[in-house]
Amino acid sequence: MIEVESLQLQLNGRSVLQQINLRAQPGEITVLLGPNGSGKTTLLLCLCAHYRAAQDHIRLCRQPLSSLSYRSLARLLAMVPQDHNPVFPYQVREVILLGRISRVGFWSQPTAQDYEVVENILNILKIQHLADKPYTRISGGERQLVLIGRCLAQEPQVLLLDEPTNHLDFKNQYSILQLIAELARRQQLTVLLTLHDPNMALLFADYVVLLSQGRIAAQGNPRAIITPENMAQIYQLEVEMITEGDRRLLYPKFM
Amino acid sequence: MSRYGLHWLLLLSPVPAAVVSLQFGAYPIAPREIWQLLGEMLFGGGTYPEHIHDILWQVRLPRVILAMLVGMALSASGATLQAIFRNPLVDAYILGLSSGAALGCALSVAFFPGLPIQVIAFLSSLLAAFLTFALARTRGEVPILSLILAGVIVSAFFAALVSMVKLLVDPHKLASIVLWLMGSLSLADWVAIRQAGPWIVLSSLLIWLGRWRLNALSMGDAEARALGVEVGRERGLFLLAAALGVAAAVSVSGIIGWVGLMVPHVVRMMVGPDHRLVVPFSMTLGATFMVLSDTVARTFTGGEIPVGIITTLTGAPFFIFLLKQRGQESWKT
Repeated sequence: MIEVESLQLQLNGRSVLQQINLRAQPGEITVLLGPNGSGKTTLLLCLCAHYRAAQDHIRLCRQPLSSLSYRSLARLLAMVPQDHNPVFPYQVREVILLGRISRVGFWSQPTAQDYEVVENILNILKIQHLADKPYTRISGGERQLVLIGRCLAQEPQVLLLDEPTNHLDFKNQYSILQLIAELARRQQLTVLLTLHDPNMALLFADYVVLLSQGRIAAQGNPRAIITPENMAQIYQLEVEMITEGDRRLLYPKFM
Repeated sequence: MSRYGLHWLLLLSPVPAAVVSLQFGAYPIAPREIWQLLGEMLFGGGTYPEHIHDILWQVRLPRVILAMLVGMALSASGATLQAIFRNPLVDAYILGLSSGAALGCALSVAFFPGLPIQVIAFLSSLLAAFLTFALARTRGEVPILSLILAGVIVSAFFAALVSMVKLLVDPHKLASIVLWLMGSLSLADWVAIRQAGPWIVLSSLLIWLGRWRLNALSMGDAEARALGVEVGRERGLFLLAAALGVAAAVSVSGIIGWVGLMVPHVVRMMVGPDHRLVVPFSMTLGATFMVLSDTVARTFTGGEIPVGIITTLTGAPFFIFLLKQRGQESWKT
Protein backbone atom coordinates (compact mmCIF):
# COMPACT_ATOMS: atom_id res chain seq x y z
CA MET A 1 0.00 0.00 0.00
CA ILE A 2 1.15 3.52 -0.80
CA GLU A 3 -0.01 6.46 1.25
CA VAL A 4 0.87 10.01 0.27
CA GLU A 5 -0.25 12.83 2.49
CA SER A 6 -0.13 16.55 1.65
CA LEU A 7 3.05 16.11 -0.35
CA GLN A 8 4.62 19.13 -1.96
CA LEU A 9 7.94 19.44 -3.69
CA GLN A 10 10.00 22.34 -4.93
CA LEU A 11 12.87 21.87 -7.35
CA ASN A 12 15.18 24.80 -8.09
CA GLY A 13 12.73 27.15 -6.43
CA ARG A 14 9.87 26.04 -8.67
CA SER A 15 6.92 24.25 -7.19
CA VAL A 16 6.58 20.91 -8.98
CA LEU A 17 4.07 19.06 -6.82
CA GLN A 18 1.44 20.56 -4.53
CA GLN A 19 -1.06 19.11 -2.12
CA ILE A 20 -0.76 15.52 -3.28
CA ASN A 21 -2.93 13.13 -1.28
CA LEU A 22 -3.40 9.62 -2.56
CA ARG A 23 -3.67 6.01 -1.58
CA ALA A 24 -2.88 3.02 -3.75
CA GLN A 25 -4.26 -0.35 -2.61
CA PRO A 26 -2.69 -3.81 -2.90
CA GLY A 27 -4.05 -5.98 -5.70
CA GLU A 28 -5.08 -2.92 -7.70
CA ILE A 29 -3.66 -0.95 -10.58
CA THR A 30 -3.55 2.76 -9.87
CA VAL A 31 -2.91 4.89 -12.94
CA LEU A 32 -1.40 8.37 -12.96
CA LEU A 33 -2.79 10.25 -15.94
CA GLY A 34 -1.86 13.74 -17.05
CA PRO A 35 -0.19 15.84 -19.72
CA ASN A 36 3.57 16.08 -20.23
CA GLY A 37 5.23 17.95 -17.39
CA SER A 38 2.31 17.50 -15.01
CA GLY A 39 4.58 15.82 -12.45
CA LYS A 40 3.85 12.11 -13.02
CA THR A 41 7.45 10.95 -13.19
CA THR A 42 8.45 13.28 -10.37
CA LEU A 43 5.78 11.74 -8.17
CA LEU A 44 7.13 8.25 -8.93
CA LEU A 45 10.64 9.42 -8.12
CA CYS A 46 9.40 10.79 -4.79
CA LEU A 47 8.14 7.30 -3.96
CA CYS A 48 11.62 5.90 -4.75
CA ALA A 49 13.09 8.22 -2.11
CA HIS A 50 14.78 10.24 -4.83
CA TYR A 51 13.97 13.53 -3.10
CA ARG A 52 14.77 13.86 0.56
CA ALA A 53 12.27 16.65 1.10
CA ALA A 54 9.38 14.42 0.05
CA GLN A 55 10.13 11.53 2.36
CA ASP A 56 8.16 12.69 5.38
CA HIS A 57 4.89 12.72 3.49
CA ILE A 58 5.03 9.18 2.15
CA ARG A 59 4.34 5.83 3.77
CA LEU A 60 4.88 2.45 2.15
CA CYS A 61 3.13 -0.54 3.72
CA ARG A 62 2.57 1.65 6.79
CA GLN A 63 6.26 2.51 7.16
CA PRO A 64 7.45 6.09 6.75
CA LEU A 65 9.74 6.38 3.74
CA SER A 66 12.28 8.32 5.78
CA SER A 67 12.79 5.31 8.06
CA LEU A 68 13.87 3.00 5.22
CA SER A 69 17.41 2.48 3.93
CA TYR A 70 17.84 1.99 0.19
CA ARG A 71 18.31 -1.68 0.91
CA SER A 72 15.09 -2.15 2.85
CA LEU A 73 13.26 0.11 0.41
CA ALA A 74 14.32 -2.15 -2.47
CA ARG A 75 12.70 -5.11 -0.70
CA LEU A 76 9.40 -3.25 -0.47
CA LEU A 77 9.29 -1.32 -3.71
CA ALA A 78 10.59 -1.85 -7.23
CA MET A 79 10.50 0.54 -10.15
CA VAL A 80 10.67 -0.17 -13.86
CA PRO A 81 12.56 2.79 -15.31
CA GLN A 82 11.39 4.56 -18.46
CA ASP A 83 14.75 4.84 -20.15
CA HIS A 84 17.53 2.41 -19.79
CA ASN A 85 21.05 2.85 -21.07
CA PRO A 86 23.01 -0.34 -20.58
CA VAL A 87 26.80 -0.28 -20.87
CA PHE A 88 27.76 -3.93 -20.50
CA PRO A 89 25.87 -6.60 -22.48
CA TYR A 90 24.82 -8.72 -19.50
CA GLN A 91 22.79 -11.84 -20.13
CA VAL A 92 19.06 -11.52 -19.44
CA ARG A 93 19.39 -14.05 -16.60
CA GLU A 94 22.13 -11.97 -14.93
CA VAL A 95 20.02 -8.79 -15.20
CA ILE A 96 17.05 -10.42 -13.50
CA LEU A 97 19.34 -11.94 -10.87
CA LEU A 98 20.46 -8.40 -9.92
CA GLY A 99 16.97 -7.89 -8.49
CA ARG A 100 18.09 -10.21 -5.68
CA ILE A 101 20.92 -7.95 -4.56
CA SER A 102 18.94 -6.33 -1.75
CA ARG A 103 18.30 -9.80 -0.32
CA VAL A 104 21.89 -11.03 -0.39
CA GLY A 105 24.56 -10.02 2.15
CA PHE A 106 27.14 -7.44 1.16
CA TRP A 107 30.07 -9.83 0.82
CA SER A 108 27.98 -12.77 -0.36
CA GLN A 109 27.01 -14.26 -3.67
CA PRO A 110 23.53 -15.30 -4.84
CA THR A 111 22.54 -18.78 -3.67
CA ALA A 112 20.68 -21.63 -5.35
CA GLN A 113 17.47 -20.17 -3.96
CA ASP A 114 18.08 -16.88 -5.76
CA TYR A 115 18.64 -18.70 -9.03
CA GLU A 116 15.39 -20.57 -8.46
CA VAL A 117 13.51 -17.28 -8.05
CA VAL A 118 15.00 -16.12 -11.35
CA GLU A 119 13.96 -19.31 -13.18
CA ASN A 120 10.44 -18.90 -11.78
CA ILE A 121 10.23 -15.38 -13.08
CA LEU A 122 11.50 -16.44 -16.50
CA ASN A 123 8.64 -18.94 -16.54
CA ILE A 124 5.98 -16.49 -15.34
CA LEU A 125 6.97 -13.94 -17.98
CA LYS A 126 7.45 -16.70 -20.59
CA ILE A 127 10.89 -15.46 -21.56
CA GLN A 128 12.97 -18.60 -20.94
CA HIS A 129 14.12 -18.41 -24.56
CA LEU A 130 15.77 -15.04 -23.82
CA ALA A 131 17.58 -16.17 -20.68
CA ASP A 132 21.03 -16.52 -22.23
CA LYS A 133 20.82 -13.59 -24.65
CA PRO A 134 22.62 -10.28 -24.05
CA TYR A 135 19.91 -7.83 -23.05
CA THR A 136 21.44 -5.15 -25.24
CA ARG A 137 20.39 -7.20 -28.26
CA ILE A 138 16.72 -7.85 -27.62
CA SER A 139 13.73 -5.79 -28.73
CA GLY A 140 12.26 -2.91 -26.73
CA GLY A 141 9.26 -5.01 -25.68
CA GLU A 142 11.47 -7.87 -24.57
CA ARG A 143 13.68 -5.52 -22.59
CA GLN A 144 10.61 -4.09 -20.86
CA LEU A 145 9.72 -7.64 -19.82
CA VAL A 146 13.24 -8.26 -18.55
CA LEU A 147 13.18 -5.09 -16.45
CA ILE A 148 9.80 -6.10 -15.02
CA GLY A 149 11.38 -9.46 -14.28
CA ARG A 150 14.21 -7.78 -12.42
CA CYS A 151 11.64 -5.88 -10.34
CA LEU A 152 9.76 -9.09 -9.55
CA ALA A 153 13.03 -10.66 -8.40
CA GLN A 154 13.13 -8.00 -5.67
CA GLU A 155 9.91 -9.64 -4.38
CA PRO A 156 8.42 -6.24 -3.69
CA GLN A 157 4.99 -5.34 -2.38
CA VAL A 158 4.83 -2.18 -4.44
CA LEU A 159 5.59 -1.96 -8.16
CA LEU A 160 6.04 1.35 -9.97
CA LEU A 161 6.18 1.62 -13.75
CA ASP A 162 6.96 4.79 -15.67
CA GLU A 163 5.13 4.64 -19.00
CA PRO A 164 5.44 0.89 -19.45
CA THR A 165 3.80 1.11 -22.91
CA ASN A 166 6.45 3.44 -24.30
CA HIS A 167 8.19 2.19 -27.46
CA LEU A 168 5.91 -0.85 -27.61
CA ASP A 169 3.89 -1.92 -30.63
CA PHE A 170 0.09 -2.14 -30.70
CA LYS A 171 -0.12 -5.69 -29.42
CA ASN A 172 2.68 -5.49 -26.88
CA GLN A 173 1.13 -2.46 -25.21
CA TYR A 174 -1.89 -4.54 -24.33
CA SER A 175 -0.05 -7.70 -23.43
CA ILE A 176 2.30 -5.92 -21.04
CA LEU A 177 -0.56 -4.19 -19.22
CA GLN A 178 -2.51 -7.43 -19.10
CA LEU A 179 0.49 -9.14 -17.59
CA ILE A 180 0.86 -6.40 -14.98
CA ALA A 181 -2.83 -6.64 -14.10
CA GLU A 182 -2.50 -10.38 -13.67
CA LEU A 183 0.56 -10.01 -11.44
CA ALA A 184 -1.18 -7.38 -9.35
CA ARG A 185 -4.14 -9.70 -8.67
CA ARG A 186 -2.17 -12.89 -8.16
CA GLN A 187 0.61 -11.49 -5.96
CA GLN A 188 -1.50 -8.78 -4.30
CA LEU A 189 0.97 -6.15 -5.56
CA THR A 190 0.28 -2.48 -5.19
CA VAL A 191 0.84 -1.22 -8.73
CA LEU A 192 1.22 2.46 -9.59
CA LEU A 193 1.95 3.37 -13.18
CA THR A 194 1.88 6.35 -15.49
CA LEU A 195 0.12 6.27 -18.87
CA HIS A 196 -0.42 8.72 -21.70
CA ASP A 197 -3.50 7.15 -23.23
CA PRO A 198 -6.79 7.62 -21.33
CA ASN A 199 -8.29 4.71 -23.29
CA MET A 200 -5.62 2.40 -21.86
CA ALA A 201 -6.43 3.68 -18.40
CA LEU A 202 -10.13 2.93 -19.01
CA LEU A 203 -9.22 -0.64 -19.90
CA PHE A 204 -6.76 -1.45 -17.14
CA ALA A 205 -7.04 0.96 -14.21
CA ASP A 206 -8.79 0.09 -10.96
CA TYR A 207 -8.23 3.62 -9.73
CA VAL A 208 -7.22 6.78 -11.60
CA VAL A 209 -5.38 9.88 -10.42
CA LEU A 210 -5.49 12.88 -12.75
CA LEU A 211 -2.49 15.15 -12.46
CA SER A 212 -2.39 18.62 -13.87
CA GLN A 213 0.31 21.20 -13.22
CA GLY A 214 1.59 19.39 -10.17
CA ARG A 215 -1.81 19.08 -8.53
CA ILE A 216 -4.35 16.31 -8.38
CA ALA A 217 -7.26 17.44 -10.54
CA ALA A 218 -9.45 14.47 -9.70
CA GLN A 219 -9.17 10.88 -8.51
CA GLY A 220 -11.40 7.86 -8.18
CA ASN A 221 -13.10 5.19 -10.25
CA PRO A 222 -11.89 5.31 -13.89
CA ARG A 223 -15.39 5.54 -15.30
CA ALA A 224 -16.23 8.44 -13.06
CA ILE A 225 -12.96 10.26 -13.67
CA ILE A 226 -12.06 9.70 -17.31
CA THR A 227 -14.85 11.81 -18.77
CA PRO A 228 -14.73 14.05 -21.84
CA GLU A 229 -15.11 17.07 -19.54
CA ASN A 230 -12.16 16.16 -17.31
CA MET A 231 -9.97 15.25 -20.26
CA ALA A 232 -10.82 18.48 -22.03
CA GLN A 233 -9.86 20.39 -18.95
CA ILE A 234 -6.47 18.84 -18.21
CA TYR A 235 -5.31 18.30 -21.79
CA GLN A 236 -6.81 21.54 -23.22
CA LEU A 237 -8.40 19.50 -25.98
CA GLU A 238 -12.01 19.00 -27.03
CA VAL A 239 -12.80 15.33 -26.46
CA GLU A 240 -15.75 13.12 -27.33
CA MET A 241 -16.65 9.67 -26.16
CA ILE A 242 -18.27 6.71 -27.88
CA THR A 243 -20.10 4.26 -25.68
CA GLU A 244 -20.75 0.82 -27.10
CA GLY A 245 -22.26 -1.60 -24.58
CA ASP A 246 -19.72 -1.78 -21.77
CA ARG A 247 -16.95 -0.15 -23.83
CA ARG A 248 -15.92 3.45 -23.88
CA LEU A 249 -13.59 5.17 -26.30
CA LEU A 250 -12.29 8.72 -26.16
CA TYR A 251 -11.13 10.62 -29.20
CA PRO A 252 -10.39 14.26 -30.06
CA LYS A 253 -13.32 16.18 -31.43
CA PHE A 254 -11.55 17.87 -34.35
CA MET A 255 -10.77 14.55 -36.04
CA MET B 1 36.45 -25.80 -25.91
CA SER B 2 33.81 -26.22 -23.21
CA ARG B 3 32.95 -23.32 -20.97
CA TYR B 4 34.48 -24.86 -17.89
CA GLY B 5 37.58 -25.86 -19.80
CA LEU B 6 38.09 -22.23 -20.63
CA HIS B 7 37.52 -21.21 -17.02
CA TRP B 8 40.12 -23.68 -15.78
CA LEU B 9 42.56 -22.57 -18.44
CA LEU B 10 42.19 -18.92 -17.37
CA LEU B 11 42.37 -19.81 -13.71
CA LEU B 12 45.55 -21.88 -13.99
CA SER B 13 47.29 -19.86 -16.69
CA PRO B 14 49.79 -18.22 -14.28
CA VAL B 15 51.37 -21.62 -13.49
CA PRO B 16 52.77 -22.47 -16.95
CA ALA B 17 53.64 -18.78 -17.42
CA ALA B 18 55.71 -18.88 -14.24
CA VAL B 19 57.48 -22.09 -15.24
CA VAL B 20 58.32 -20.61 -18.63
CA SER B 21 59.55 -17.41 -17.06
CA LEU B 22 61.73 -19.20 -14.52
CA GLN B 23 63.60 -20.98 -17.34
CA PHE B 24 64.65 -17.95 -19.28
CA GLY B 25 67.45 -15.55 -18.49
CA ALA B 26 71.18 -15.15 -18.80
CA TYR B 27 71.50 -18.66 -17.36
CA PRO B 28 68.84 -20.98 -18.86
CA ILE B 29 67.41 -23.67 -16.60
CA ALA B 30 65.47 -26.63 -18.05
CA PRO B 31 61.82 -27.03 -16.98
CA ARG B 32 62.47 -30.41 -15.37
CA GLU B 33 65.24 -28.95 -13.29
CA ILE B 34 62.94 -26.17 -12.12
CA TRP B 35 60.34 -28.53 -10.68
CA GLN B 36 63.07 -30.58 -9.08
CA LEU B 37 64.85 -27.59 -7.60
CA LEU B 38 61.67 -25.96 -6.34
CA GLY B 39 60.65 -29.20 -4.71
CA GLU B 40 64.02 -29.60 -3.05
CA MET B 41 64.12 -25.99 -1.89
CA LEU B 42 60.71 -26.30 -0.31
CA PHE B 43 61.00 -29.74 1.20
CA GLY B 44 64.76 -30.04 1.66
CA GLY B 45 67.05 -32.80 0.47
CA GLY B 46 68.99 -33.10 -2.78
CA THR B 47 72.01 -31.21 -3.87
CA TYR B 48 72.33 -28.48 -6.41
CA PRO B 49 74.99 -25.90 -7.19
CA GLU B 50 74.91 -22.77 -5.05
CA HIS B 51 74.66 -20.40 -8.02
CA ILE B 52 71.55 -22.09 -9.44
CA HIS B 53 69.94 -21.87 -6.05
CA ASP B 54 70.69 -18.15 -5.91
CA ILE B 55 69.49 -17.45 -9.44
CA LEU B 56 66.24 -19.23 -8.86
CA TRP B 57 65.55 -18.30 -5.26
CA GLN B 58 66.98 -14.79 -5.00
CA VAL B 59 66.47 -13.47 -8.52
CA ARG B 60 63.89 -15.19 -10.67
CA LEU B 61 61.32 -16.48 -8.19
CA PRO B 62 60.76 -13.16 -6.37
CA ARG B 63 60.57 -11.43 -9.71
CA VAL B 64 57.94 -13.84 -11.04
CA ILE B 65 55.90 -13.59 -7.85
CA LEU B 66 56.09 -9.80 -7.86
CA ALA B 67 55.08 -9.69 -11.53
CA MET B 68 52.05 -11.82 -10.68
CA LEU B 69 51.06 -9.59 -7.78
CA VAL B 70 51.44 -6.42 -9.85
CA GLY B 71 49.55 -7.88 -12.82
CA MET B 72 46.78 -9.04 -10.51
CA ALA B 73 46.48 -5.66 -8.77
CA LEU B 74 46.43 -3.64 -11.99
CA SER B 75 43.92 -5.90 -13.73
CA ALA B 76 41.58 -6.22 -10.76
CA SER B 77 41.58 -2.45 -10.29
CA GLY B 78 41.03 -1.97 -14.02
CA ALA B 79 37.96 -4.23 -14.00
CA THR B 80 36.67 -2.43 -10.90
CA LEU B 81 37.14 1.07 -12.29
CA GLN B 82 35.50 0.08 -15.56
CA ALA B 83 32.44 -1.12 -13.67
CA ILE B 84 32.04 1.73 -11.20
CA PHE B 85 32.58 4.39 -13.86
CA ARG B 86 30.33 2.46 -16.29
CA ASN B 87 32.98 2.65 -18.92
CA PRO B 88 34.96 -0.16 -20.49
CA LEU B 89 37.70 2.18 -21.72
CA VAL B 90 39.31 3.27 -18.46
CA ASP B 91 41.92 1.94 -16.07
CA ALA B 92 44.14 3.22 -13.28
CA TYR B 93 46.59 4.66 -15.78
CA ILE B 94 44.02 6.60 -17.83
CA LEU B 95 42.19 7.91 -14.76
CA GLY B 96 45.40 9.26 -13.23
CA LEU B 97 45.52 6.87 -10.26
CA SER B 98 48.93 5.62 -11.37
CA SER B 99 50.39 9.13 -11.69
CA GLY B 100 48.92 9.95 -8.31
CA ALA B 101 50.61 6.94 -6.77
CA ALA B 102 53.84 7.82 -8.58
CA LEU B 103 53.86 11.27 -7.02
CA GLY B 104 53.33 9.76 -3.61
CA CYS B 105 56.23 7.36 -4.15
CA ALA B 106 58.54 10.08 -5.48
CA LEU B 107 57.72 12.34 -2.54
CA SER B 108 58.30 9.56 -0.10
CA VAL B 109 61.63 8.51 -1.65
CA ALA B 110 62.82 12.11 -1.92
CA PHE B 111 61.62 13.79 1.23
CA PHE B 112 59.98 11.38 3.65
CA PRO B 113 62.11 8.26 3.71
CA GLY B 114 60.84 7.54 7.22
CA LEU B 115 57.18 7.12 6.24
CA PRO B 116 55.88 3.90 4.64
CA ILE B 117 55.92 4.48 0.89
CA GLN B 118 52.71 2.53 0.20
CA VAL B 119 50.62 4.69 2.50
CA ILE B 120 51.68 7.95 0.86
CA ALA B 121 51.24 6.43 -2.59
CA PHE B 122 47.77 5.25 -1.59
CA LEU B 123 46.69 8.67 -0.35
CA SER B 124 47.93 10.58 -3.35
CA SER B 125 46.48 8.05 -5.78
CA LEU B 126 43.12 8.43 -4.04
CA LEU B 127 43.45 12.18 -4.37
CA ALA B 128 44.09 11.81 -8.11
CA ALA B 129 41.07 9.52 -8.51
CA PHE B 130 38.88 11.96 -6.64
CA LEU B 131 40.10 14.90 -8.75
CA THR B 132 39.45 13.05 -12.01
CA PHE B 133 35.97 12.04 -10.94
CA ALA B 134 35.10 15.52 -9.67
CA LEU B 135 36.42 17.16 -12.85
CA ALA B 136 34.52 14.80 -15.14
CA ARG B 137 31.21 14.90 -13.31
CA THR B 138 28.68 17.24 -14.84
CA ARG B 139 25.07 17.31 -13.68
CA GLY B 140 25.35 13.96 -11.97
CA GLU B 141 26.61 12.21 -15.10
CA VAL B 142 30.13 11.12 -15.93
CA PRO B 143 30.44 11.13 -19.74
CA ILE B 144 33.28 9.07 -21.20
CA LEU B 145 34.95 11.93 -23.03
CA SER B 146 35.08 14.13 -19.92
CA LEU B 147 36.32 11.23 -17.89
CA ILE B 148 39.21 10.48 -20.23
CA LEU B 149 40.05 14.17 -20.61
CA ALA B 150 39.94 14.68 -16.87
CA GLY B 151 42.23 11.69 -16.47
CA VAL B 152 44.67 13.18 -18.97
CA ILE B 153 44.63 16.52 -17.15
CA VAL B 154 45.11 15.00 -13.71
CA SER B 155 47.85 12.68 -15.01
CA ALA B 156 49.69 15.61 -16.59
CA PHE B 157 49.37 17.65 -13.42
CA PHE B 158 50.73 14.92 -11.20
CA ALA B 159 53.46 14.09 -13.71
CA ALA B 160 54.55 17.73 -13.58
CA LEU B 161 54.70 17.53 -9.81
CA VAL B 162 56.83 14.40 -10.11
CA SER B 163 59.20 16.32 -12.41
CA MET B 164 59.41 19.02 -9.75
CA VAL B 165 60.39 16.43 -7.20
CA LYS B 166 63.03 15.13 -9.60
CA LEU B 167 64.53 18.61 -9.93
CA LEU B 168 64.65 19.19 -6.21
CA VAL B 169 65.90 15.81 -5.13
CA ASP B 170 69.57 14.96 -4.64
CA PRO B 171 71.20 13.22 -7.63
CA HIS B 172 71.72 9.88 -5.88
CA LYS B 173 68.05 9.46 -5.33
CA LEU B 174 67.20 10.88 -8.77
CA ALA B 175 68.62 7.87 -10.59
CA SER B 176 66.48 5.45 -8.64
CA ILE B 177 63.33 7.56 -9.10
CA VAL B 178 63.86 7.80 -12.87
CA LEU B 179 64.53 4.11 -13.33
CA TRP B 180 61.56 3.17 -11.24
CA LEU B 181 59.15 5.59 -12.95
CA MET B 182 59.73 3.87 -16.28
CA GLY B 183 57.89 0.88 -14.93
CA SER B 184 60.15 -2.02 -14.26
CA LEU B 185 60.31 -5.10 -12.09
CA SER B 186 64.11 -5.10 -12.05
CA LEU B 187 64.19 -4.15 -8.38
CA ALA B 188 62.17 -7.20 -7.39
CA ASP B 189 63.22 -9.06 -4.27
CA TRP B 190 61.56 -10.68 -1.29
CA VAL B 191 61.49 -7.35 0.56
CA ALA B 192 59.40 -5.76 -2.20
CA ILE B 193 57.00 -8.70 -2.03
CA ARG B 194 56.69 -8.37 1.74
CA GLN B 195 56.04 -4.63 1.40
CA ALA B 196 53.49 -4.60 -1.42
CA GLY B 197 52.08 -8.14 -1.23
CA PRO B 198 49.74 -7.75 1.74
CA TRP B 199 48.18 -4.54 0.34
CA ILE B 200 47.67 -6.12 -3.06
CA VAL B 201 46.15 -9.25 -1.56
CA LEU B 202 43.85 -7.14 0.64
CA SER B 203 42.74 -5.01 -2.32
CA SER B 204 42.11 -8.03 -4.53
CA LEU B 205 40.27 -9.82 -1.75
CA LEU B 206 37.89 -6.88 -1.23
CA ILE B 207 37.20 -6.62 -4.96
CA TRP B 208 36.76 -10.38 -5.28
CA LEU B 209 34.31 -10.56 -2.37
CA GLY B 210 32.22 -7.68 -3.71
CA ARG B 211 32.40 -8.73 -7.35
CA TRP B 212 28.68 -9.30 -7.83
CA ARG B 213 27.88 -5.78 -6.64
CA LEU B 214 29.97 -4.40 -9.49
CA ASN B 215 27.23 -5.60 -11.85
CA ALA B 216 24.70 -3.47 -9.98
CA LEU B 217 26.98 -0.42 -9.77
CA SER B 218 27.60 -0.63 -13.52
CA MET B 219 23.85 0.01 -14.09
CA GLY B 220 24.24 3.65 -13.07
CA ASP B 221 23.49 5.54 -9.87
CA ALA B 222 19.72 5.78 -10.03
CA GLU B 223 19.18 2.16 -10.96
CA ALA B 224 21.70 0.74 -8.55
CA ARG B 225 19.98 2.71 -5.79
CA ALA B 226 16.60 1.36 -6.87
CA LEU B 227 18.05 -2.15 -6.57
CA GLY B 228 18.98 -1.39 -2.96
CA VAL B 229 22.64 -0.47 -3.34
CA GLU B 230 24.04 2.37 -1.21
CA VAL B 231 25.76 3.80 -4.27
CA GLY B 232 27.99 6.49 -2.76
CA ARG B 233 29.33 4.30 0.01
CA GLU B 234 29.87 1.21 -2.15
CA ARG B 235 31.50 3.02 -5.05
CA GLY B 236 33.76 4.71 -2.51
CA LEU B 237 34.71 1.34 -1.06
CA PHE B 238 35.57 -0.13 -4.47
CA LEU B 239 37.52 3.00 -5.39
CA LEU B 240 39.49 2.66 -2.15
CA ALA B 241 40.22 -0.99 -2.88
CA ALA B 242 41.34 -0.22 -6.45
CA ALA B 243 43.55 2.68 -5.34
CA LEU B 244 45.07 0.49 -2.63
CA GLY B 245 46.11 -2.17 -5.14
CA VAL B 246 47.38 0.33 -7.68
CA ALA B 247 49.37 2.27 -5.10
CA ALA B 248 51.02 -0.89 -3.79
CA ALA B 249 51.83 -2.04 -7.33
CA VAL B 250 53.24 1.34 -8.34
CA SER B 251 55.35 1.51 -5.17
CA VAL B 252 57.33 -1.58 -6.20
CA SER B 253 57.20 -1.44 -9.99
CA GLY B 254 56.63 2.15 -11.05
CA ILE B 255 54.03 3.07 -13.66
CA ILE B 256 53.07 0.12 -15.81
CA GLY B 257 50.30 1.22 -18.12
CA TRP B 258 47.56 -0.45 -20.15
CA VAL B 259 47.47 -3.78 -18.31
CA GLY B 260 44.36 -2.78 -16.38
CA LEU B 261 42.61 -1.74 -19.57
CA MET B 262 43.59 -4.63 -21.75
CA VAL B 263 43.25 -7.66 -19.49
CA PRO B 264 39.62 -7.18 -18.33
CA HIS B 265 38.69 -6.56 -21.97
CA VAL B 266 40.20 -9.79 -23.17
CA VAL B 267 38.52 -11.61 -20.29
CA ARG B 268 35.16 -10.06 -21.16
CA MET B 269 35.57 -11.23 -24.75
CA MET B 270 36.16 -14.75 -23.45
CA VAL B 271 33.66 -15.17 -20.59
CA GLY B 272 31.14 -12.34 -21.02
CA PRO B 273 30.54 -9.20 -18.98
CA ASP B 274 29.41 -10.73 -15.64
CA HIS B 275 31.82 -9.36 -13.03
CA ARG B 276 31.50 -12.50 -10.96
CA LEU B 277 33.66 -14.07 -13.68
CA VAL B 278 35.45 -10.99 -15.00
CA VAL B 279 37.04 -10.16 -11.63
CA PRO B 280 38.70 -13.48 -10.76
CA PHE B 281 39.79 -14.22 -14.32
CA SER B 282 41.18 -10.71 -14.78
CA MET B 283 43.31 -11.35 -11.72
CA THR B 284 44.75 -14.61 -13.03
CA LEU B 285 45.12 -13.50 -16.64
CA GLY B 286 46.65 -10.21 -15.44
CA ALA B 287 49.23 -12.20 -13.47
CA THR B 288 49.96 -14.34 -16.54
CA PHE B 289 50.24 -11.37 -18.88
CA MET B 290 52.58 -9.54 -16.53
CA VAL B 291 54.87 -12.53 -16.00
CA LEU B 292 55.14 -13.10 -19.75
CA SER B 293 55.68 -9.39 -20.53
CA ASP B 294 58.37 -9.23 -17.90
CA THR B 295 60.05 -12.32 -19.33
CA VAL B 296 60.18 -10.61 -22.71
CA ALA B 297 61.39 -7.41 -21.06
CA ARG B 298 64.37 -9.07 -19.41
CA THR B 299 65.38 -11.48 -22.18
CA PHE B 300 64.50 -9.84 -25.49
CA THR B 301 67.70 -7.85 -25.71
CA GLY B 302 70.99 -8.40 -23.94
CA GLY B 303 70.12 -5.71 -21.43
CA GLU B 304 66.82 -5.02 -19.76
CA ILE B 305 63.83 -3.17 -21.24
CA PRO B 306 61.45 -1.63 -18.66
CA VAL B 307 58.35 -3.82 -18.75
CA GLY B 308 56.16 -0.68 -18.96
CA ILE B 309 57.45 -0.25 -22.49
CA ILE B 310 56.36 -3.75 -23.45
CA THR B 311 52.86 -3.35 -22.00
CA THR B 312 52.44 0.03 -23.68
CA LEU B 313 53.62 -1.34 -27.01
CA THR B 314 50.91 -4.01 -26.79
CA GLY B 315 48.30 -1.91 -25.01
CA ALA B 316 48.19 1.26 -27.11
CA PRO B 317 47.44 -0.55 -30.40
CA PHE B 318 44.88 -2.64 -28.54
CA PHE B 319 43.14 0.54 -27.33
CA ILE B 320 43.01 1.86 -30.91
CA PHE B 321 41.61 -1.48 -32.06
CA LEU B 322 38.84 -1.23 -29.44
CA LEU B 323 37.97 2.32 -30.44
CA LYS B 324 37.81 1.40 -34.12
CA GLN B 325 35.83 -1.72 -33.46
CA ARG B 326 33.26 -0.04 -31.26
CA GLY B 327 33.25 3.00 -33.51
CA GLN B 328 31.48 6.20 -32.52
CA GLU B 329 29.66 4.40 -29.75
CA SER B 330 32.76 4.45 -27.57
CA TRP B 331 32.58 8.19 -27.07
CA LYS B 332 28.98 8.39 -25.96
CA THR B 333 28.32 8.39 -22.21
